[in-house]
Amino acid sequence: MTVMEQRGAYRPTPPPAWQPRTDPAPLLPDALPYRVLGTEAAAKADPELLRRLYAQLVRGRRYNAQATALTKQGRLAVYPSSTGQEACQVAAAFVLEERDWLFPSYRDTLAAVARGVDPVEALTLLRGDWHTGYDPYEHRVAPLSTPLATQLPHAVGLAHAARLKGDDVVALAMVGDGGTSEGDFHEAMNFAAVWQAPVVFLVQNNGFAISVPLAKQTAAPSLAHKAVGYGMPGRLVDGNDAAAVHEVLGEAVRHARAGGGPTLVEAVTYRIDAHTNADDATRYRGDAEVESWQAHDPIALLERELTQRGLLEEDGIRSAREDAEAMAADLRARMNQDPALDPMDLFTHVYAQPTTQLLEQQAQLRAELDAEAAGPEGAGR
Amino acid sequence: MTTVALKPATMAQALTRAMRDAMAADPSVHVMGEDVGTLGGVFRVTDGLAKEFGDDRCTDTPLAEAGILGTAVGMAMYGLRPVVEMQFDAFAYPAFEQLVSHVSRMRNRTRGAMPLPLTIRVPYGGGIGGVEHHSDSSEAYYMATPGLHVVTPATVADAYGLLRAAIASDDPVVFLEPKRLYWSKDSWNPDEPETVAPIGRAVVRRTGRSATLITYGPSVPVCLEAAEAARAEGWDLEVVDLRSLVPFDDETVTASVRRTGRAVVVHESTGFGGPGGEIAARVTERCFHYLDAPVLRVAGFDIPYPPPMLERHHLPGVDRILDAVGRLQWEADS
Repeated sequence: MTVMEQRGAYRPTPPPAWQPRTDPAPLLPDALPYRVLGTEAAAKADPELLRRLYAQLVRGRRYNAQATALTKQGRLAVYPSSTGQEACQVAAAFVLEERDWLFPSYRDTLAAVARGVDPVEALTLLRGDWHTGYDPYEHRVAPLSTPLATQLPHAVGLAHAARLKGDDVVALAMVGDGGTSEGDFHEAMNFAAVWQAPVVFLVQNNGFAISVPLAKQTAAPSLAHKAVGYGMPGRLVDGNDAAAVHEVLGEAVRHARAGGGPTLVEAVTYRIDAHTNADDATRYRGDAEVESWQAHDPIALLERELTQRGLLEEDGIRSAREDAEAMAADLRARMNQDPALDPMDLFTHVYAQPTTQLLEQQAQLRAELDAEAAGPEGAGR
Repeated sequence: MTTVALKPATMAQALTRAMRDAMAADPSVHVMGEDVGTLGGVFRVTDGLAKEFGDDRCTDTPLAEAGILGTAVGMAMYGLRPVVEMQFDAFAYPAFEQLVSHVSRMRNRTRGAMPLPLTIRVPYGGGIGGVEHHSDSSEAYYMATPGLHVVTPATVADAYGLLRAAIASDDPVVFLEPKRLYWSKDSWNPDEPETVAPIGRAVVRRTGRSATLITYGPSVPVCLEAAEAARAEGWDLEVVDLRSLVPFDDETVTASVRRTGRAVVVHESTGFGGPGGEIAARVTERCFHYLDAPVLRVAGFDIPYPPPMLERHHLPGVDRILDAVGRLQWEADS
């Protein structure tokens, strides 16, 4: 006879009734992505904001095209395009105050540019003359992160530190659908929620992690639903609707700034181009799918809304395009100049003070370069 | 020179004192990790810090090492000076990507604009009867990552001084704490802690003429014991405590080996691909014409760390060190 069978001899005290620590209902995302353009909600949107968004989307589209062209001319080593995702890129930059921080991934150079980073400096990593071309503190844009999701805990830590110091700074961190499978995504979400850090996670669900579609990435009802497990609200938004993305991200930023903690926003969008210029998207998706998303283009959606409401005329469209062309011409001209390279820089910033060993190696490289410059005769061999 | 009343203190107490003093001196210093708050850490090294400085300065984090180090990176970006505790050597591995891909590179990536003044404390090494995953010597991984400093104290005074130096450093420092020395005692006055040589300086712990034992961390006391035992064999051994594996103090090591003409590198870490190979190569490159014998290594075997009932066979001990010293071609001298 076991202990459990000795009735009367074993009377465990029942534990206190278990209750959820957080009511999950308010955290749940909507069933369908939130939309503004083409709905009644559009009437409440600020026309001036919509016009500004439109100009930046047009500019962003041109920037993507120009950067892709630069890869074909050998001026960029690689370019991961955000064509089709301009609404997310621009809105992410627009919702932040100057004192806030943006944590972009490698596909988010446009967001950095929309926040004020010089396009040439934003593209330094992809040109390959250094790993980061801008001072992160100038525009409060963290270096573009290549290892997926690893920038998310940085955003949480920075936001947490700002709150500890009493600064009302918000961090907005960008990640893709593939990145949500990484362990760092999970750890960042959990830390953010436990610490109630003022951080907003923007997941651009563009359908693919290089070639792998979302269906092979997750079995979650939506990526926004993942928020509930951490005890933070999840929001689902149409990532091609610039007004909707701006509204949802803006609410999340205000919520964070007011001490309400983090929010996970899933913006449903589509990567119109291949993963990078080096990728062949025809191996894993058909033209029909791409065309269906092109019919839901973020610029066309906004342009239609603005023109139908009489907020944008032909000259407004022309002016936006001319501005974009000017930006592209300037970018092209400056990217067509060879960057200044100093191989000695390789040793300068590894540590605050180069070690003895690095100074020796720097001297070795200097001697090799001097011998190379002097030529066979000058080398005295 | 004033005489101060010295009293015995443990290495763990000296480490606690170093963090306490650093936190008192600089409000940007934040301690974070698993169980570091209320409990004071599983080795009690953060004992009392949460009570004195509050939970915001000494924080119990969720149990996730990549998250701990990743958020510490963000905190350092915003001007804080985090001191992160990894609970055990082998539990630091989840944080490896943050360490390799961001911590070690951020300064270089940003041309110096975004340095990361971070200290990552890692209790390491065996000899405490720990079950699997509690006794690794992981220093070779860190040494192979440019951008990190890697230091390890062997004495109570160095534990204090090196940790203060690590926290004050504007570079990320992997601070390896030899956990079997946590309870080692030294006569050390905690109220007048010694200042220490900057990170990157080795120290000669025992002078000798016959041969140099090059070692660090938990193997330093073993080498000192071996040096005493070697006197019976007629060998007068010098013991160099590296203290910093990165930056490496070639100057002190080279000077010692050129003086003695023989060298043995001693560490717990595996021999193949371990720090001893790098050290032996550096010594050979710099001291070839001074050497009377090849540089030998006494290291842990090339095996996963043994279960506790077998670990004594793995750890370099006095006899194995003396055997190596005996193979330093003494017949050439006679």
